[in-house]
Order: sequence, then C-alpha cells, then structure tokens
Amino acid sequence: MLKSSIAGTGVMSRSFSPAAVSSRATSMYRSEHESTNHVGQSKCSDDPYDRATNPNGVIQLEIAENRLAMDLVKEWISDNVKASLIDSDISHLVPYHPIDGLLELKTALAAFMGQVMLESISLDPSQMIITAGATSAIETLSFCLADPGDAVLIPSPYYTGYDRNLKWRAGVEIIPVPCRSIDNFRLSISSLELAYNQAMKRGVKVRAIFLSNPSNPIGNLIDRVTLHELLDFVTEKNIHLVSDEVFAGSNHGTDEFVSIADVAHTEGFDKTRVHVIYGLSKVLALPGFRIGVICSFNEYVLATAKKYARFFSVSVPTQRLLVPMLSDVNFALKYIEIKKKRLRRMYELFVEGLEQFGINCFPSSAGYYCWVNMSNLMRSNSEKGELELWDKLLNISKINVTPGSECRCVEPGWFRICFTTITEDDIPVVMKRIKRITANNKD
Amino acid sequence: MEMGLLSRIATNDGHGENSSYFDGWKAYDSDPYHPVDNPNGVIQMGLAENQLCHDLMVEWIKEHPTASICTKEGASQFKDVAIFQDYHGLSSFTKAVAQYMEKVRGGEVKVKPERIVMSGGATGAQEIMAFCLADPGDAFLIPTPFYPAFARDFCWRTGVKLIPVHCKSSNNFRITREALEAEYKKAEKSNTRVKGLLITNPSNPLGTMMDKYTLEELLQWTNEKKIHLVCDEIFAGTVFGDGAKFTSVAQVLEEDTSKTKYDPNLLHIVCSLSKDLGMPGFRVGIVYSYNDNVVKCGRRMSSFGLVSTQTQHLLAPMLADNGFTSKLMKENSKRLRDRHEKFTLGLADVGIKCLSSNAGTVLLDGFTSAFGKCKCGR
Repeated sequence: MLKSSIAGTGVMSRSFSPAAVSSRATSMYRSEHESTNHVGQSKCSDDPYDRATNPNGVIQLEIAENRLAMDLVKEWISDNVKASLIDSDISHLVPYHPIDGLLELKTALAAFMGQVMLESISLDPSQMIITAGATSAIETLSFCLADPGDAVLIPSPYYTGYDRNLKWRAGVEIIPVPCRSIDNFRLSISSLELAYNQAMKRGVKVRAIFLSNPSNPIGNLIDRVTLHELLDFVTEKNIHLVSDEVFAGSNHGTDEFVSIADVAHTEGFDKTRVHVIYGLSKVLALPGFRIGVICSFNEYVLATAKKYARFFSVSVPTQRLLVPMLSDVNFALKYIEIKKKRLRRMYELFVEGLEQFGINCFPSSAGYYCWVNMSNLMRSNSEKGELELWDKLLNISKINVTPGSECRCVEPGWFRICFTTITEDDIPVVMKRIKRITANNKD
Repeated sequence: MEMGLLSRIATNDGHGENSSYFDGWKAYDSDPYHPVDNPNGVIQMGLAENQLCHDLMVEWIKEHPTASICTKEGASQFKDVAIFQDYHGLSSFTKAVAQYMEKVRGGEVKVKPERIVMSGGATGAQEIMAFCLADPGDAFLIPTPFYPAFARDFCWRTGVKLIPVHCKSSNNFRITREALEAEYKKAEKSNTRVKGLLITNPSNPLGTMMDKYTLEELLQWTNEKKIHLVCDEIFAGTVFGDGAKFTSVAQVLEEDTSKTKYDPNLLHIVCSLSKDLGMPGFRVGIVYSYNDNVVKCGRRMSSFGLVSTQTQHLLAPMLADNGFTSKLMKENSKRLRDRHEKFTLGLADVGIKCLSSNAGTVLLDGFTSAFGKCKCGR
C-alpha cells in the first residue's frame, strides 16, 4: 500500500522509502525467495560442477531437461544450413506475424508430436496456440478457464512451477489431491471426489483438473482406464481437464504412453473440455527457444488464448528455424529412438547406483528423473527431517535435488533427482558424493 | 460445452478487438493490398511498423555468420544457446541492449544492464508494469489521445483501470497539471486508488516529443502524489527532422536540478526493438525500472514471455556493433523523414492537414476537416 504521507521534511524526504509495488508483486517474491529451488539454484550458479575445471562444484540434478541427445539436434542444424537466418529473406522474419504462431510451425509440430506419440493421436494445427514455453501455456489456460479465487484440483506430488503459473497472476487456487506410495502414487477418483466436495462446501468453485502425464515428479504414466475415469469425472462435474504432456516422448520403459486426447477421441467424450500442453523444452531439449503449445478442442478457449498470445508470442526467427527440423521425419524417428535408448541407460545406471546405498527409486518408465525414497537417511520422519536431509545433500554432498515437500508430497523422504543433464561418467561422481551422507548416517 | 464455462476475463471485451482499431486490421487481413496481385485491396496504415531499414540488417547478418547458431561458423554455440533459459537473459544481450538504449538517448543517460528486464514484446512489458505496480481495481491516469491497445495491454488481465486525462488540440495536446489534478481528485472521490501515470514519449498517435520542461513537470507532479510514472519510449529511436532530439525522462531524472529530488523508485520505462529497429517479429520488449523491487518482480514475471535465446544471441553483437547502429540510426532517421514528407505533402494535396511531428511512424490527421464528422461523431 503506497503510504499517503512520508515522515520527514515536507513532501519529499532525502532518504526515500521504497515505493510500493503491488501486493501481487510482493507475495510471490517472498515465497520464491525462500524456496529450496531458489537456494539450490543460487549455489549451483555460484559454484557449478565441471568435471575438468571444477570437480568439487555443486552438481545440478534439479533440472528436468534431457541433454542426452543434443548432439543430434546440433548435427541436424549444421547439416541443414537452409534453415539459417542468413539464407532467409529477413523481410519475412522481422514484421508482425500471426501472434499465436506460424501455421508452418504448428503443422511441423503436429507432425513431430505425432511421431513422438507413435501416431496414436493426430494434432490439428488449427487447434494449436504457440506459447513462450509451457510455463506460459499453463498460465494462459488458467486465465481462460478460471476466475481469481476459483480453484483447480491437482494430484500431488506435482511440478513445483504450478504454484507460480496458476496462482501468481491468474489468482487461481490449487487444491492438491494427495497420491500415496501405498497406491503407487496413482490418482484415485474417490480422492478427487472428496477434494471436489470439500472445496464446494467451502464455497470454492472448482473449474478444472490439472495433471501431468507422464507425471512430474514421479515419472509414471496414467493408464487408459484411469484416463477414461477422469473424463467421466470431469464430464459429470462439468469442469475442464488440462493434461500437461510436456514429458510425452520421455518414456524409456515398456509402459505405453496414452494421451488424454487419444482417449477422449476414441471413446466419444466431449473434447471441448479437454486441453493439452506440449513443449519443445523437454522433448527436444530446447528450453532457450521458448516453444510451448496449447492444444484445445474448444473454439472459445482457442480464440481467447490467441488474444492472450500478444503477451507472450514467440520470436519468428526461432519458429522458422524449427519448421524444417520438425518436419524432417527421418530426423524425428532417429532422434526419438536414440534418445529413448540413452535415457533408459542413464535411468538404469542411476537406479543401480542408488541401490548400492539401499536407496530405492520408485519404478518409473518416463521422465528425466528418478523419484527416490531417501527416508532411511532422515533423522526424523517429517518435513523438517526431509529439509535437513536436502540441506545436507546440497552442502555436504554438493548435489542439488528437489525435496518432495516442494512438490506437495504428503509423505516425507521422497526426492526428485534428475539424471539427464549429466553424462554417464558423472554418475560415479554423484554416487561418491551421496556416500558422504550415507557414510555419516551409518556412523 | 458453452462459453459460460470459461473465465470472466476470457469472455469479456477487455481484449478490445471489437473496436474500430482492430476492425481495420481484420479488414486488411481479409483483403490485403498488393500493387500487382490486389491493387484494390485494403492498404494497411493502422499498424505502426517500420520496414524501412531491413536491407541494412540483412547486410549485417550476412557479414556476421557467427551471430547465428544455424551456420557452420556459429553452430558451436548451439548447445549453450539452446539450453539457456535464465530470465536474466544472456549477459551479452542485456549489455548490448543497454548500450543501444544509451545511444538512442543521445548518450545522456546511463543504462545499467542489470536493470533490464526482457519480455515478449512491449505488449508483455506493459502488462508486467501493470501487474507489478497496481492491484485489481487500482488505476493509472493516461493522457489522450493514446495507443488504443493500452486498454488491453494494461488492463485486460490485470484488472487495473486506465483513466483518460483529456488533452486538446487547441494547445497541441499538451498535458496540463490542471487536467491531471482534476482526474486525480475525481478518482479519489470515487475511492479509486490512482497508482500512477502512463505516458508515451514520443507520443503514439501524435508523433510529437515532450520537452524537458514537460517531463520535469510530470516527474514533479507524480512525485508530489507519490505515484509511479511509466514512460513508454518505444518510439525513441524513430526521431527524424532537422534538429530533432529525443529527451528521455531518464535524462531528466539523472540531471535532476529540482530542489526536492525525484524519487527514482517511481520511474519506469518501457521500450522494445519493434519500432526503431523494425523487428516486431523478434518479440523483444524491455522493462527498465529504477525500482529494485520492480526489477526483481518483473524479472520473475518475465518467465511467462522470455525472449528466445537464439534471438538474444543474434541481436547481442548487432546492437553492440557501434558502427552499425550509428549507420542504422542515421539511415532510419533519413528514410523516416523522407517518407513523412512525402506523405504529409500528399495529404496536403487532398486538403488534409497533419499535426506537426518529428517522431514515430504514425501521423495524426485532421480528417474531420476534410470529410466532416463521421457517423460515430468523432
């Protein structure tokens, strides 16, 4: 609140009190500043691990990005200089363009994602909005589907960024629907029903279910039966369903990934309440390019999101660069296959490495991370115990990981550990670092 | 599923696209003029886009292959660029933007790279300003006439209101203290909290620039009221005309000769590369605030619309190339002046007078005198 008067000499004082910013600005600043994510990221950027130049630095295992196959993308770009800006006529790149993304990019993305999902679905470019990353896609859908003070149900544990993306500017409340290890962290419709009814009793309007599939941070896949039940639920309640599928294409096991769009289509549900998010940050490891996608079958949502796109539209040269790459079917097939192999290998090495310390990973078949149970290393079975362990991991082992409490996991001791921003040679280094803690624990 | 299941923001008219401003765009989109293919089509003159200097940019890009990650010379940078998503931006980019901004301001202002917050175009930048400085229901004063889409950019999703402060052609559309004071008091009476004043300098749609005296008055007034001053300087690099020199509100702050010093925490500037560099497709918007809290918060909010790192990487050496930017600014100014002259003379030939201006890519025309009042009475 801007003070209406300032103490001191007359109208202006020589030492200025900080001018008031909005309460929106201050609320998120305070909560982000104190988060483990913020603290961990700072340590990583101050003292980043490098095998050659800084072997004792902090190893970043908090970022769910897959850099295992970047060499393939780089190789494609080097071999295909026609995509370069130099050979393009700049007059086609610099002016205003369709604000919700070039049609050529949407078409190419639709083709590429179709390959990624083994042609189980067919995306329609006219039902796509390009956003500046999935972050922007999530916020945009929040603005479309809910009013400030309304709520969405999200199965927990969930991606830590949802708190910012939904609550901050769109003012949408998140009601976590806890999933537990005893149920293999599977979502149950009865828990959803309970959470929905409790919200209604409080007078809070639930507008949608948001979920991630493949799950972040667990790495499991939602099966067809559950997807069907979810669609039944949202139809009955007349609410929306947003499926964040940014990790589609990260499956490395034998379980099948099924998109909500596939089930909605094949089983004759009303698709106008279904909205899907994709992005290139995960599947192609291009987070710097800022390409996210909203796929919606709802003409009103598409029309509104297109208007919102003025606030976050994507650089045209970047869009143009990606069109030929995504349209190259041979590249897509090769990339998907090699990436899957490398992902599986890293996953197995990581899980094996942790097992030697008696640390178990939740068996997952997708994602760029392991959901790891380190509760036997905690001093107390509580959130406090978990955060103390996180602190030890950061400051003694010097590895940055995500504690389950940040993901709203109700059972202390779980951590998300990403393994795709390091190489195979770094895995033994990580294990040695973890040993610093396990050895101490034994003592 | 009916439209009723969407949010209020999604279903209201806050997007402003049902206005004549956007009707014109839609008319152009459906029937665009082309000298050969469609000579009877709609000519787009409702969009302030500068296409006059693209040839210079093409030349630079061809001479600097390392700036692009898609060339053999630049491909070694690919990985670092592709994975970089830090909302501070590439330091080479923010340094280069700061350097360019100083140049556009005649070297009279010190621009610090660490205060630069990028966003997806000036549209996103303005929205960040509204989110950071005001809460739903709060208001900003804005002199008329103003860029129509401010109503969308500043208000639509933020819940902030814009209160017009009327400026008249009889005194060349100058903003007066009396007019500001009157609207401020009216707002107070209706229990609306005024959080700031939003101005555009050079003006859109007038194409005129504010002099130092006016800027001092505005800084003085906003400081007295302890409200924010947001200055959209998006057209700062489009100045033309003999002796025309742009004065940034930042310069007035830095040269502060007032008895009671201006509070820098109340000053914020928005700009972009869309107008002077003619690159709206690159989506580079900038928030430059002298308020540390606004910089921190704005930077976090910029996560929702970051500039592609590929674009940052390309533009960094371009904007840091002093020889190039000098040549570009000189040519830009010359070509804008020539185009402006041609246009105003052409309009004069058909009896239409233009407001005397020396900036921007727009003209304010006295159509009423030529055509009489239109149906809407404006």
